[in-house]
Amino acid sequence: MITAIAPALPLHTAGKYVAAAYIVLLLLVVVYAAVLGVRVAGMQREIAALADAEEQEDQ
Amino acid sequence: MIHQSSSSSRGLWIQTTATVALLGVALALVFFYAPLEAEQGFLQKIFYVHVPLAIVSLCAFVVGGLFAVQQLRTRSASWDMRSCVTIDLGLAFAVAALVCGSIWAKGSWGHWWVWNEPTLVSFLIIILLYAVYRPLRRSIDDPERQARFASVFAVIGAIFVPANFIAVRASSAYLHPRVLGASSQLPGEMALTFLVSLAAIALLFCTFYRFEMGARRARVALRALRRNANRREQAAAAAMARTATEPGA
Repeated sequence: MITAIAPALPLHTAGKYVAAAYIVLLLLVVVYAAVLGVRVAGMQREIAALADAEEQEDQ
Repeated sequence: MIHQSSSSSRGLWIQTTATVALLGVALALVFFYAPLEAEQGFLQKIFYVHVPLAIVSLCAFVVGGLFAVQQLRTRSASWDMRSCVTIDLGLAFAVAALVCGSIWAKGSWGHWWVWNEPTLVSFLIIILLYAVYRPLRRSIDDPERQARFASVFAVIGAIFVPANFIAVRASSAYLHPRVLGASSQLPGEMALTFLVSLAAIALLFCTFYRFEMGARRARVALRALRRNANRREQAAAAAMARTATEPGA
């Protein structure tokens, strides 16, 4: 019922809601990329530590 | 092995590029091709992000349940990982859909949330249900039991999601618009834009899925390497101790 009586919002009012919704999608992508980046960096550090340990063992 | 890994990473980059391109096309269609809706005007553009996110998240929960069935049949850790990744990503997409929907509700109805609306409340119940999935996994130490319990949970959830969807669709009193379905009056341009947006969000999900699976497999391999290194270190230390205690050493 509310939708039926609600008039269309003018562009300057609706714009901020639309922008906010699309920013949510952007945030989803950016936050996931950041989390993945942190995890990959951690794994790279561990691989480097393992490689160092192996090198020392060989010597 | 190296060849397989390099072709897989090439495939992933192609998929990532395709995802970015399709998202770009979808955005262009949303803002430059799809006509303004008569009742809601520009605000209706949220439809092209909110509905695909919701659809993809609900499908992810069902697919996660199917992977869980495979895990229960085969007892394979790989199927458990697939199910877990699908559900984790599905939950992230569901939360994004909920936030987008809430923003749309504020613009359209003047309220961030309406408690007597079955579509909204049922979607929140699904999110709360799947929010328990991770804590459930973490509460069980034994990996095999963890996988089994998580799979049973995922299967029950996968049955609940479509049942809940059908029950809500059958509900008569609602504010939430029913744009899709037999009574849909979506014009051609809007329908095309919606389908491209849905494909773009689905592809985004698949790309995240592949990245996440790659990262989790790498972590498992790294753990195995670390265990082997520790074992070698301990064996070397034991050998040195034996040499030191031998007579005449």
